[in-house]
Amino acid sequence: MHFDVLFNDFTAYTAGGLVYGAIYALIALGYTMVYGVLQLINFAHSEVFMFGTYAMAWVFVLLHGTEQVQWGLGRAAPILLVSLVAAMLVSGAVALLLERVAYRPLLKKGAPKLICLISAIGASFALSEAMGLRDRFAGWVGLDGKLDNYVSNARNLYANPVDIKPHTFFTVGGYHVSDIDVVIIVAALLMMVALVFFVDKTKFGRGIRAVAQDPESATLMGVNSTRVIQVTFLVGGLMAGAAAMLYMLKIGTTRPNIGFLFGVKAFTAAVMGGIGNLRGALLGGLILGVVENWGSAVFGSDWKDVVSFVLLILILLVRPSGILGEALGKARA
Amino acid sequence: MSTNTASAASTGPVRRFGAWWDSVVDRYNAQPKGAKLAWVVLFAVFFYALPLLRPPIITTDRIDFGGVLFSSAAFALVALGLNIVIGYAGLLDLGYVGFYATGAYTTGVLTAQHWHWPFFLALPLAIAVSMVTGVILGAPTLRVRGDYLAIVTLGFGEIIRLIVTNVDWLGAAGGIKNIPHPNNIGPAPTPPFDPGGLFAIPRLQWNGLIPSIDHTPLHQTHFLVFGALDATPFYWLVLTALILVLIGDRLVKASRVGRAWEATREDEDAAELMGVPTFRYKLLAFALGAAIGGLSGSLYASSQGSFISPQSFPLLLSMLFVAAVIVGGSGNRWGAIAGGVLVAYLPERFRDFADYRLLVFGIALMVLSIWRPQGIFPSTRARRAKAAAEEIEELEEGPAHV
Amino acid sequence: MSETTTTAATATGATGERLLEVDDVTIKFGGLTALDSVTFDIKRGEILGLIGPNGAGKTTCFNVMTGVYRATSGEVRLDGAPLGKLKKYEITKLGMARTFQNIRLFKTMTVLENVMVGADANSKVGFLNALFRTPLHRRTESAAKARARELLDLVGIRADENELASNLSYGDQRRLEIARAMATEPKLLCLDEPAAGFNPAEKQRLMELIRKVRDAGYTVLLIEHDMRLVMGVTDRIVVLEFGRKIAEGTPAEVRENPAVIAAYLGVEEDDDAAS
Repeated sequence: MHFDVLFNDFTAYTAGGLVYGAIYALIALGYTMVYGVLQLINFAHSEVFMFGTYAMAWVFVLLHGTEQVQWGLGRAAPILLVSLVAAMLVSGAVALLLERVAYRPLLKKGAPKLICLISAIGASFALSEAMGLRDRFAGWVGLDGKLDNYVSNARNLYANPVDIKPHTFFTVGGYHVSDIDVVIIVAALLMMVALVFFVDKTKFGRGIRAVAQDPESATLMGVNSTRVIQVTFLVGGLMAGAAAMLYMLKIGTTRPNIGFLFGVKAFTAAVMGGIGNLRGALLGGLILGVVENWGSAVFGSDWKDVVSFVLLILILLVRPSGILGEALGKARA
Repeated sequence: MSTNTASAASTGPVRRFGAWWDSVVDRYNAQPKGAKLAWVVLFAVFFYALPLLRPPIITTDRIDFGGVLFSSAAFALVALGLNIVIGYAGLLDLGYVGFYATGAYTTGVLTAQHWHWPFFLALPLAIAVSMVTGVILGAPTLRVRGDYLAIVTLGFGEIIRLIVTNVDWLGAAGGIKNIPHPNNIGPAPTPPFDPGGLFAIPRLQWNGLIPSIDHTPLHQTHFLVFGALDATPFYWLVLTALILVLIGDRLVKASRVGRAWEATREDEDAAELMGVPTFRYKLLAFALGAAIGGLSGSLYASSQGSFISPQSFPLLLSMLFVAAVIVGGSGNRWGAIAGGVLVAYLPERFRDFADYRLLVFGIALMVLSIWRPQGIFPSTRARRAKAAAEEIEELEEGPAHV
Repeated sequence: MSETTTTAATATGATGERLLEVDDVTIKFGGLTALDSVTFDIKRGEILGLIGPNGAGKTTCFNVMTGVYRATSGEVRLDGAPLGKLKKYEITKLGMARTFQNIRLFKTMTVLENVMVGADANSKVGFLNALFRTPLHRRTESAAKARARELLDLVGIRADENELASNLSYGDQRRLEIARAMATEPKLLCLDEPAAGFNPAEKQRLMELIRKVRDAGYTVLLIEHDMRLVMGVTDRIVVLEFGRKIAEGTPAEVRENPAVIAAYLGVEEDDDAAS
């Protein structure tokens, strides 16, 4: 154990953790909202995130080309903004598709939760594989030559052609906080505020809370629960898309099975904060990101994931319904 | 009313198969006790003979059929164990691969990595260690609510995998090599000429639908040599374990223990108020499931390949196990076995589509959830409950339609 | 038929002796006092009614007795043994069983199995006994089955023993709940609004059943809304209002008690005055 490593670079590990935590939190929102409304673990939400990472990279290929270059944040900003929109739209669309294909037919029949989970696991496999097999699909329609950059090495790591180089934005305790880190944390917080506003203050938000509390009465009171569920999936997808773009901004590479671990982490974050609770997702995400980064300093990065799961188990033992409790339907989001 | 249900059931091949299977079960249930037993024995004998019979169509040509049967039976055993946890006690365990790995690694460490115990001595200890792991994990976590249990167990499965990846004492990323096979019965083989064993059994070969005996010495199974050449003895060993566990499962399910599990699954509070110590029974289910997972893992470690590594236990495997139980029909031991076999066998049989198999598997899970949510082979109970629910629904809807 | 089923393990004992004592029990949820120093007792062999307007604390009282809630202060004793720290299933084993206001049967289990779960409460059979089918297992199993059938006979649904519980009619499901609770061999059987949703004829049959149950040697606590049923079947009545006990006595006494009349009829009097 190397506590000295952590203490010497405490700020660095904390700031790095916050960046990851912000991304976890954005993904966690999707889990937490769907859980709040349907009491279902949307197992395939991780693939919604994965599709967003590809959307981001493809926008760069389309608008910039495949030439490998290194840009600063300022130069990349216009394309980044487009890619943010694209990632959100793609992830949102995948989430809607998921709801339509894997959930709605089951919900209509009143299928048990376990079956919905199996359907979601199936959807998760199918989506991840669909991305991994995109070279074959392109081959079927004779486009593999033309789309080579998009589809070759479909299962392997795919790197964004534009490597975005971080610059020091300000310095805290000897640690240089990069402009990218600042953008990620600020963007995540803005998204979160917007979402809380949406759920707390708008008509649709009221509908979501009503269905979360009591689907039957909500339907009787004229809330279109199908529409509410759709919007819930869409919003979760949009947030996952934003998370995907921010992740690509920081890391720059993705692959078809990237969703799994991120999904598990984000779900952990949601459960830790209190599933169904939007603020809980933020808190859970940030705590998870920071603690696992501290853990990787102390125990070595091999043990990073062990630290986060042990943390989850400990928190659930002390507070069985998460740090902030479960509350999408209750009083406030 | 009945015509209505029948017509609804005749849409789609999944449903048609389901209806056919349901009728098979009903016919079997109608038989007298002696006839039932005869069927079961016949069934068991058939499965023991399967790697020698090599029936056309189901036999895999590209890879060793015995090996495929071994992994199918091992998966069936795992599914049977997980069925106790998910199907009987209603606990969603997404980290079951952890127990499978625990059993495999205990065997690896005891027989190869650090000690040189014989396999059959290591096996009980592997089961015990897995069981204790189950209790250690279950004691704190079974108090958290159902959905959280899923994520906690998922985390646990990943922790086990990371531990075996990172701890040098357990072989780290390189895994454990040269795990000894189970002890032979009869003379040991002395390469290169004496294959050993008490006697040799030839297998069948098929020319279209015409069988003949395959006298190729290399294709014979030697009773009972656990070697690298022939997977059949390993399959027999797992099949025997499977049958023993199956019998135990049946005895325990049809007793106070089984009732306590079912009551707990249906309504935990009510069960507790009827005098069922629900926590204790959940822990028991968890420990038994872990023990069976460990048993299967131990058999896997000492099998033909005699090699295990962290890559053998990805979390994906847990998802496959859960899918096996649910696809087969949660709560029905035969369904779980069938699910386990399907999940292991289909990808091997259709190797030509190897690249697409997870995609197809994923889509199949979705389709199945929609068309036959109670699983391909649901328990008779689940079927009755569903029929009753449909009847009530029709009665309720009836007047509106008329 | 009822005579043959007087095999309840509970010693009928001398009637009049205290079986359950609710001693100065207070329950607070946050700032809300759900029960305020409630004291009463149930005597062996009697049928006690616990009544009160909606929100009076009947179900809370019930839940504290059966271990679902913990009392903030005060104590509940069964046969002299305090229940405060016991787990729910331990309280059941000690001799108290209940039914549920909104039926909570084990739906995928058969009628017979539902009752056997209750009978299992006193079973000493564990996993190993079941696995090896020991004589203890066989004895316990057949005794449990026989007892379950007796009870199904008593409540009158023996013919349906192999049906799934969810396939029973509403009234029969309530009867099954009573049989399941009785199978735990309780000293005290608590019925939580057993007549909810019944028509008058069914209520009549239920009253007969409750009397039969008492004659079989059980002490009964009845929580009920329906005054006619309570007045018709109970020996003694405790009345709660706003978490306090406002009256206690025989049905006749309670009927005449001005506080009770006010609690139940207050609203209507106001209405009369207004019109």
